[in-house]
Amino acid sequence: MKGHHFRDDAQKGRALASESKQVEKLDRVVIRFAGDSGDGMQLTGDRFTQETAAFGNDLSTLPNFPAEIRAPQGTLPGVSSFQVHFADHDILTPGDRPDVLVAMNPAALAANIKDLRPGGIVIVDSHDFTKRNLAKAGYDTSPLDDDSLADYQVHPLDLTGMTVDAVADFGLGRKDAARSKNMFALGLVSWMYGRPTDATLAYLESKFASKPAIRDANVAAFKAGWYFGETTEAFAVSYEIAPAPMASGRYRNITGNTALAYGIIASGQQSGLPVFLGAYPITPASDILHELSKHKHFGVTTFQAEDEIAGIGAALGASFGGALGVTTTSGPGISLKSETIGLAVMLELPLVIVDVQRGGPSTGLPTKTEQSDLLQAMFGRNGEAPLPVIAPQSPADCFDAAVEAARIAVTYRTPVMLLSDGYLANGSEPWSIPDVDALPRIEPAFATLPADGAEFLPYARDPETHAPAWAPPGVAGLEHRVGGIEKADGTGNISYDPANHDRMVRNRAAKVARVADTIPDLVVDDPSGEARVLVLGWGSTYGPIGAGVRAARAQGIDVAHTHLRHIHPFPRNLGKVLRSYDHVIVPEMNLGQLALLLRAEFLVDVHGYDKVTGMPFGSEELAEVIAQAVKSIDTHRLENDR
Amino acid sequence: MSTPTTDLPTPTLARDGLAGMPAADAKQTGKEFTSDQEVRWCPGCGDYAVLKAVQGFLPDLGLKRENIVFVSGIGCSSRFPYYLDTYGMHSIHGRAPAIATGLATSRSDLSVWVVTGDGDALSIGGNHLIHALRRNVNMTILLFNNRIYGLTKGQYSPTSEIGKVTKSTPMGSLDNPFNPISLALGAEASFVARTIDTDRNHLTGVLREAAAHRGTSLVEIYQNCPIFNDGAFDTIKDPATRDHAVIPLVHGQPITYGPDGEHGLVRNPATGTIEPVEISDANRDQVLVHDAHADDPTLAFAISRLTDGGHLDRAPIGIFRQVERPAYDDLARQQLDTAVGTMGKGNLQQLLTGNDTWTIDA
Repeated sequence: MKGHHFRDDAQKGRALASESKQVEKLDRVVIRFAGDSGDGMQLTGDRFTQETAAFGNDLSTLPNFPAEIRAPQGTLPGVSSFQVHFADHDILTPGDRPDVLVAMNPAALAANIKDLRPGGIVIVDSHDFTKRNLAKAGYDTSPLDDDSLADYQVHPLDLTGMTVDAVADFGLGRKDAARSKNMFALGLVSWMYGRPTDATLAYLESKFASKPAIRDANVAAFKAGWYFGETTEAFAVSYEIAPAPMASGRYRNITGNTALAYGIIASGQQSGLPVFLGAYPITPASDILHELSKHKHFGVTTFQAEDEIAGIGAALGASFGGALGVTTTSGPGISLKSETIGLAVMLELPLVIVDVQRGGPSTGLPTKTEQSDLLQAMFGRNGEAPLPVIAPQSPADCFDAAVEAARIAVTYRTPVMLLSDGYLANGSEPWSIPDVDALPRIEPAFATLPADGAEFLPYARDPETHAPAWAPPGVAGLEHRVGGIEKADGTGNISYDPANHDRMVRNRAAKVARVADTIPDLVVDDPSGEARVLVLGWGSTYGPIGAGVRAARAQGIDVAHTHLRHIHPFPRNLGKVLRSYDHVIVPEMNLGQLALLLRAEFLVDVHGYDKVTGMPFGSEELAEVIAQAVKSIDTHRLENDR
Repeated sequence: MSTPTTDLPTPTLARDGLAGMPAADAKQTGKEFTSDQEVRWCPGCGDYAVLKAVQGFLPDLGLKRENIVFVSGIGCSSRFPYYLDTYGMHSIHGRAPAIATGLATSRSDLSVWVVTGDGDALSIGGNHLIHALRRNVNMTILLFNNRIYGLTKGQYSPTSEIGKVTKSTPMGSLDNPFNPISLALGAEASFVARTIDTDRNHLTGVLREAAAHRGTSLVEIYQNCPIFNDGAFDTIKDPATRDHAVIPLVHGQPITYGPDGEHGLVRNPATGTIEPVEISDANRDQVLVHDAHADDPTLAFAISRLTDGGHLDRAPIGIFRQVERPAYDDLARQQLDTAVGTMGKGNLQQLLTGNDTWTIDA
């Protein structure tokens, strides 16, 4: 069999290739795999990412797919893509524009070509460039036959045909045979960039273990793609991107949703509390439910509820019973859960509420990212109902953010809103695997019987945290009733007393404000110390802002950067930080929601830079915004000097 | 392609609704279950009678008081938890069954009770009610049915008869009422009963059976609202009419009623419906013997249809259905145990590390 000694061949491959073909060194590459929703582009991207992680490059990924599971084949709405950026140095984003586009059909080419850098490489499966498919993609004539792709290095290849030939021995029908074309493409691109192949082969062996013909076809297609790259004259050059220097340690690749699920499990372990997740399926949060469902042996109960309201209701019921209650959803789900969140605020029980934000309002853009639920998280309830709000800044950071959310919830007996988003949820990056022994402990500090037979007061407050006791049922002498009606200070019994209500509203707000006692001061990154412009972000814009700031600095611009994890309450030094700069830029994937909060809280005239395209910011775009801001204050200073 | 299914293990758990809950050390009294809060229902409200009955009955459960939890929604009856010296939660409108589901699933040692009303359970919380019943979570739901919205001062409810004239329906209500028993049976509830606020013996007997049942027990309690719907249940309470209207259901007994037991229920063989008849020698052997334990809910459903949407002149009272079915919370906990059994107790470091790692040397 041709590929029998593939492993050896593949390892030698680079050596062979370097003898016969030129190897060009690059410091970074952005590749986008694009095809029809059924073409397996997400899988292809995932595998390439795993290979790249194993090779030791730094990386960042951006899956992008339609909400429809299978839009009509070959159409523009059906195009699904996966972008991966990898480098020999640390990087912060999946890249603004691809250097390489792999397009499996005309629609994938049409939908993505405008993003490609001039001079970029295009690999197209020419097999599907039929008159009918071209028409579906809006082409009158084939772009492969005219000069519309003249700016790029185009490689039209019959990927489907070569795949069918490669798997001819396995007795598959033509349709099934052609299905392995994504693995042919993966093999080819893996050769181009010298990726290790062991893990992909092992993956195919295990994924299709019960279907030997399919397994063999995929393996054969993958190898055929590799050999094709190695032998064809179409590709004269292969590329080398050296591993990135990273802090020593053990790494894995991880997506935001997986990291968030792990953070919830870790919170249960670190607090000694059973975890109870109540959730209703919703894009892009469902993968957290799926992941947690696999880990029941950690004492994690997952409850797929009849609706969003029951999801949070059951989680709150479990919290009342002494578990770590968690509910996961996206923006429309938060809308439905609002009343129960208010109840959790009123009862003062721990609850972690995860909002994996997506484009809104209403159903909005289910598979696209946005940061537009911030004000909903802050204020989307009746009455004065403050709660802590925090946000992760990268896929791997979803782990730490989840542990922090649980810490605040349990310590302060309050619902906590954790704002992830679609970009973090599905994107991935290398993660330095934490040492479990170094994770923080979370102390539930359950109520105990008062000394000397004194009356138990469920709403008496801890002098430090201002939080009431957590007194789950089962302890004699602590029997008490909680409820959504205003409670008498101390006893928790129903009270309509005006002064009591005023006091209790302030008590609940004061408790949440005290969370600031245990959050670190904001640290500003300002290497030159000369910056007069500060860029401040929150949540998933960390990567793009960081990359934009680097790009600006590379042009000799002084700019400071800082990023908020805690949005409510803010870190204590935030006001001072804001007032230390002449100009503060706040880029957000909404129409200025954090900017509104900052202006209201600090009376600082921050400048929003807002975009709601469902896609993350590009770094070049933000570098330009920074450059303009610096220019504007320079001009302003000149005018003042005059 | 079909989705694979797994045969769930036959639960080997006790069928007793109170299994796993700690017993009281000594005999308790109703007084111990009475909180220090002043009861604030309207004078003459049926809720008083139910509260008294429950306070009197709870000591009989023999459970530790601290292991009993009452969860309620919103409405007059939902103030109930404040008047019992157990653990309790007065939650939000319609959501009590969902909250109780989380509580019962995460705590096998608690006896969980839900107190709700016709608006709370059947209007705003209808979805949670049917799903709780379908799942069969181990809890007892007391559905106080006064057929009116009391707390919001007198609008028609989802159990009000058609044509009900209220503040919100001055020309009469238009929508067909729910029959709570039919609804619960339709959701395949494993325990469905109806009782009356003023019949303390019957009420207590039904509560005892409901608490002993493992799974969700739904108990509809006909309850009079003297302010906004006074007399709604007069037909089944007035000595002049009640014996003709109330049809007692007792498992294993022929279903007969009337002052002298002269009426009975028979099945129409052509339609499958249940019909009341005057018992005679000709039809005596056709009188139905009540079988609450029948697996198939068809007959129980047919009996529930006797209560028309309007005037309660035929009201079966008692336990319609009482069958054994695995409880969701038992199965959910069993899955946790099974996972530990097959995979061992979770190892966090192993989980975080995963299978695909690489190492950067110092």
